[in-house]
Amino acid sequence: MSAIGDQGPVPILAARGVSKSFGEVPVLFSVDLEILPGEVHALMGENGAGKSTLVKILSGFEQPTAGQILLDGNAVNLPGNGHSERLGIALIHQELNLAEHLTVTESLFLGREITKFGFLDRPAMRKVARDALDELGTDIHVDALISDLSLADKQMVEIAKAISRNARVVFMDEPTAVLSEGETDRLFAQVRRLRAEGTSFVFVSHKLGEVMALSDRVTVLRDGQWIKTDLTRNLTADRIAQLMVGRELSDLYPVKHEPDVDAEEVLTVENLSTGFVKDASFTLQRGEILGFSGLIGSGRTELMEAIAGLRKYHSGSVTVNGTPLPSANMAATREAGVAYMTKDRKGRGLLVGERIRPNLTLQTLDLHERWGMISGTSEAKALKRANRRFDIRVRDPRVMVSQMSGGNQQKLLLAKIMELAPGILIVDEPTRGIDVGTKQQIYQFLSVLAREGHAVIVVSSEMPEIIGLSTRVAVMREGRIMGMLTGDGIQENNIMRLASGLRVAA
Amino acid sequence: MSTQTSPLTSIRRTLSSVDMRAVAPFIALIVLIIAGAMVNPRFVGLDNLANVATRCAFIATIAVGATFVISSGDLDLSVGSMVAFVASVMILFMNTQVFASPLMMVLTAVLLAMALGALCGLFNGVLTTKGQLEPFIVTLGTMGIFRGLTTWLSQGGAITLQAQEQQALYREVYFGRFFGVPWPILITLAVALLGSLLMYRTRFGRHVVAVGSNREVARHSGINVSRVRLYAFMIQGLTVAVAVILYVPRLGSTSSTTGTMWELQAITAVVIGGTALKGGSGRVWGSIAGAFILELVGNIMLLSNFISEYLLLAIQGTIIILAMLVQRSLTRRA
Ligand SMILES: Nc1ncnc2c1ncn2[C@@H]1O[C@H](COP(=O)(O)OP(=O)(O)OP(=O)(O)O)[C@@H](O)[C@H]1O
Ligand SMILES: [Mg+2]
Repeated sequence: MSAIGDQGPVPILAARGVSKSFGEVPVLFSVDLEILPGEVHALMGENGAGKSTLVKILSGFEQPTAGQILLDGNAVNLPGNGHSERLGIALIHQELNLAEHLTVTESLFLGREITKFGFLDRPAMRKVARDALDELGTDIHVDALISDLSLADKQMVEIAKAISRNARVVFMDEPTAVLSEGETDRLFAQVRRLRAEGTSFVFVSHKLGEVMALSDRVTVLRDGQWIKTDLTRNLTADRIAQLMVGRELSDLYPVKHEPDVDAEEVLTVENLSTGFVKDASFTLQRGEILGFSGLIGSGRTELMEAIAGLRKYHSGSVTVNGTPLPSANMAATREAGVAYMTKDRKGRGLLVGERIRPNLTLQTLDLHERWGMISGTSEAKALKRANRRFDIRVRDPRVMVSQMSGGNQQKLLLAKIMELAPGILIVDEPTRGIDVGTKQQIYQFLSVLAREGHAVIVVSSEMPEIIGLSTRVAVMREGRIMGMLTGDGIQENNIMRLASGLRVAA
Repeated sequence: MSTQTSPLTSIRRTLSSVDMRAVAPFIALIVLIIAGAMVNPRFVGLDNLANVATRCAFIATIAVGATFVISSGDLDLSVGSMVAFVASVMILFMNTQVFASPLMMVLTAVLLAMALGALCGLFNGVLTTKGQLEPFIVTLGTMGIFRGLTTWLSQGGAITLQAQEQQALYREVYFGRFFGVPWPILITLAVALLGSLLMYRTRFGRHVVAVGSNREVARHSGINVSRVRLYAFMIQGLTVAVAVILYVPRLGSTSSTTGTMWELQAITAVVIGGTALKGGSGRVWGSIAGAFILELVGNIMLLSNFISEYLLLAIQGTIIILAMLVQRSLTRRA
């Protein structure tokens, strides 16, 4: 920790008594935050605590309703719409914010194109883009269209964009939520390098391990209020979690329940092949939680989409309760009681321009029909039930999904899928962007579901989650299932070795 | 958060909870009527307004169908030509007099028009969904096809309804009244009522909006995206057929210029009504208001003597641009 002296240096950027309301709804209450030169400052809090809002205010994307923002000790009005970049302030948005129709290079240079004699100097821009991406260790092509990139790659482009602008303060709102461990490590290496050069970072994350490893100081928000700011080394992960939720947290993972030995097989997948997935075979028993691990891009999502009827498969078979499922037929999968929750909540999961209710019932409108008309009362009942079950927290029930905090969007997505009342539930990255308290609730929920006789598949890139929840773990690599781990074999190093191809099936 | 609320804040809250985009067209309508009354007192007479409403019936019914197509994220430019084509075929059929009874003739002709309209919509829909072509290109193509077929059927001239008994019987549909209200107004209202029930109260309506706002989300929610888009095109075809059924008794004749620029007027009506051109929101009653506004503007121009009515198309073109600007600024504030 470089610059944190005794009397303290002047903060680069500071919030003084910042409050924010959206319409009549207060979201932040007189919050203070100081960002010192060359520090990584973690901003922690539950879903909806106001982290993204605070970060947007400090980068000019939102204006505070009250309070002051100090830049180098002077009160300023930050210009909106990303123009604060000129003042050296960059924000990596929680919800990816890239224009889909641009190429990677165009997107990196948007608004500050390099020109030569008044014409765009494409070769020069390509070169700088390549260098920036190389520094992050990704091999994304500089001419690729943003719309063709995976979520993780989009995030890397967004990061490269912020870092390449030589910002003095970089705000990162859950940058690692969609990244693999390798990508996260490379990102953190860059952050450490830039920190050594004096750049400051504000880092929002729900992954406590990352926060402990990377940050110098931690500020905790709860329900829009400032709770505490302290040096990271004075805190522990448990203490931070406790400050966030305002109570003692018990064990994160519920006790595992092995399914009965003679529990029936509800799902059988045999030699399934799609474009990328090759020859996948596995079974799922009633009452089981089966984990799917592997690196990002190992084909887990493609396999699950094929099972869920969202994608064609060329060969092989999917059998549910003894009946074979046709390929790419969602009506049949639904009939069979299979439901899949996508990991891309914004692009595939929710209509962000709509309110909560039409999103919740979109997939199950037939259940709310009376004489061919949708019954509002029946929908309202469903909404109440979902709120009770998943604790979707909004301060104003009429908000559009795009105005909800990321974690609450995720809860809504889970609620929407659970409206299907599936016998076999497949969840893909179920706790992306979710705070520890809610994570615990969701784990509990999945565990109860399994114990009640449903079957659950959890696809996750978070190793602790897979290990903590599953009674069996399948590990995928480059489209193939490399092995199945059970009981005491479910350990981080076993998973890693299978995922990286160092070990072949047990 | 149970702080005391003053009456002022509660008023402000109700105001901010009103969707400006939904009410803007109706405010515009009221403003126009007041403006019209100032231009010429004859304007606000019940007779004049009923006249205007009757004349906007064609565009209004077509606009209801266009609301579905546009909400689902597509566009249909062929509606004007489709009117001409369906109307021509309908009259040619009536002229065959295959049934002795004129009533029978008219009824089958009506059914034929509906079927043909739905078929034309199906054609547009299949090309866009199964053919995976841009709806803009497809309907630009069918716009030419329908127009060309009409010109060919009429051999460049007019197609006129010949049977007098059919004419006398069918005339009532446009010129007749029911409890004093002209039939076209009643039929337009009925179409709008059905359209709004379909849009707001049924599964299909929700699916239309979902498909229009994000096709991937719709697909992942188990919605058959192609089928929804196809049905929207067919609904458009059916509403075109209803417009034809109202149109034919008016003049009893069609030509290759029938319905020209109606696509522009229908799309303008939908946009004025607050439906987003990029899909994802449908405002059926707004579209009706939009069609009425368009006709009112023409009527005011006619009754006033300071704007030439030859400028009508230019004014309508201006209105669609203005409507888009208003929509844009309202969305940004939201
Ligand atoms: N534009 C908006 N209009 C209305 N309410 C909003 C808007 N943006 C945010 N909110 C509300 O402000 C509150 C705080 O949201 P914020 O996104 O800052 O939470 P967060 O701490 O980032 O949560 P998460 O961990 O889930 O991302 C939420 O209740 C949210 O619904
Ligand atoms: Mg957030």
